[in-house]
Amino acid sequence: MSVIWTMIAKRLGLGVLTLFVISVIIFGATELLPGDLAQNILGQSATPETVAAFRKELGLDLPAYTRYFNWLFGALQGDFGTSLANKRPIADLIATRLGNTLFLALYAAAISVPLSLLLGILAALYRNSIFDRTVNAMALSSISFPEFFVAYILIFVLAQSGLFPSMSRMDATVGFGEALYRTFLPALTLTLVVTAHMMRMTRAAIINLLASPYIEMARLKGMKPMRVILKHALPNALAPIITVVALNLAYLVTGVVVVEVVFVYPGLGQLMVDSVSKRDFPVVQAVALIFAAAYVLLNLTADVLSTLSNPRLIHRK
Amino acid sequence: MTILINLFWIAVAIAVALGAGWLFRAATIALTRGATARMLRTAPLTAGFGMLVILIYVVVALFAPLIAPYAEREVVGAQFLPWDATHLLGTDNLGRDMLTRLIYGARNTVGIAFATTALAFTMGSILGLLAATVGGWLDQILSRIVDILMAIPSLIFSLLLLTIFGTSVTTLILVIATIDSTRVFRLARSVALNIVVMDYIEAARLRGEGLWRLITREILPNALAPLVAEFGLRFCFVFLAISALSFLGVGIQPPTADWGSMVRENAALITFGDVTPLLPAGAIALLTVAVNFVVDWMLHRASGLKE
Repeated sequence: MSVIWTMIAKRLGLGVLTLFVISVIIFGATELLPGDLAQNILGQSATPETVAAFRKELGLDLPAYTRYFNWLFGALQGDFGTSLANKRPIADLIATRLGNTLFLALYAAAISVPLSLLLGILAALYRNSIFDRTVNAMALSSISFPEFFVAYILIFVLAQSGLFPSMSRMDATVGFGEALYRTFLPALTLTLVVTAHMMRMTRAAIINLLASPYIEMARLKGMKPMRVILKHALPNALAPIITVVALNLAYLVTGVVVVEVVFVYPGLGQLMVDSVSKRDFPVVQAVALIFAAAYVLLNLTADVLSTLSNPRLIHRK
Repeated sequence: MTILINLFWIAVAIAVALGAGWLFRAATIALTRGATARMLRTAPLTAGFGMLVILIYVVVALFAPLIAPYAEREVVGAQFLPWDATHLLGTDNLGRDMLTRLIYGARNTVGIAFATTALAFTMGSILGLLAATVGGWLDQILSRIVDILMAIPSLIFSLLLLTIFGTSVTTLILVIATIDSTRVFRLARSVALNIVVMDYIEAARLRGEGLWRLITREILPNALAPLVAEFGLRFCFVFLAISALSFLGVGIQPPTADWGSMVRENAALITFGDVTPLLPAGAIALLTVAVNFVVDWMLHRASGLKE
């Protein structure tokens, strides 16, 4: 038992280290710019006095590592500094949007994970049938579609007829049921984008096992195909399935950016895109840090869970 | 009832696509001989269709000024005109001809995506092969850098870099190419790692072959098949990434005709039941599907699997 805990502890330590290095990259990327950051952002026409004042405001007169540690410790306490565009504290801008983005990602995950597991198991059960081929072809093409294409097709088909709203406006007064209704189309878009990959991997993970002798044994005993898959194949296919589910959840976190813009959904992604065109880099850095942290944490969880789901590691001799 | 009609049209479209794929495959088999013809005979209909679509895109991109009825940035009429005889697909939000913009979009969007992929590939495979051949600390350093860069979600990372370096086509190409070269590096390195332990590489080393010659003459030819298939896949990813960034308004900038930004500029029409804004998005989707079909076939061939 202790072996597995040291493995997990090592993995967690590595995750923290990765996060730290990523924060250095996100902060340090601004240093890559040739010349002076303040001058670059204000443009060539700015007077030396404005540039000097702006440098002071950004704290550029301090050495880079001091600024980095101030930024990092601020971020750890939820203080990301102030936005360049509207001078508001970034924490205020992010607070409600983070919740909205998480809500959308969880909503999409709650539909897509069970759906893709079900479709994957069915496709493995009825492999090479018409059902399997159709699901596979649909999966391949939905991987190739850009997210905004899927989103606009859904708007074209479902929102035009007035079934669902094409814009997902949210505010504090919206109740839970109403929120589910308003964000149905963005959640469906994300579901369509991620389901294909998860379903194909589930199918592949199960089919890989079906050739093993112990599955043949189960079949020869006269067990029903469904029971063979659920009781015998699925537990051993869990590790790859967990990995791919977590990978796709991590993808959901970043995939929301485009979908939020299409549906005018007030989430972090939209904030980030707005800030990119304004070159409001403190906001972009803050949002990038949050997204990257979520991404790393999900991948880390996947690693730990797939380790834990491996009986050979848990019951080590 | 409308759903049934839609399903019927989808079935017709699939049948036409497969028919076109069959005709194209038959035509190319008739036009080529020897090994190429034998290879083409193994192509499934989907791959035939994919190759046909890619060929059409290439032709449209190369001869855009000859095919397009108007100039790329010319305002030819009122805004959002419906489809008619003079403007086959209507006009866009500034009164430019939609069909013309779509045709020029093939040149700009696909061209930029291709240049980016080529750059990502050159960087990634050279560094990957180098890391595998030299090994030691160079391999360690490069691999750790790539590990870290890959831990940051690529869309987020490209948005961050675009904020800092500003949005222009050059920065777009450099940013996406850098991010994507990390994925190419991984593949090139892992393929080459299996090759460098072979006896003939040992022999070449003992013969005193230089590093460059060792990489280009001994390792690269044997690593080429998976790398070519990867080129197709990477092109899809790069193409989708650039379109997504352009759609978000931080990629290819107006007035350049580009499919991603065309969708954004004309998106308002969709809510009025007009399919025009879906056309550039569909053009993106069709090319990615086509490339995927061809890559699927090549991977299948490279893996040596028989049905």
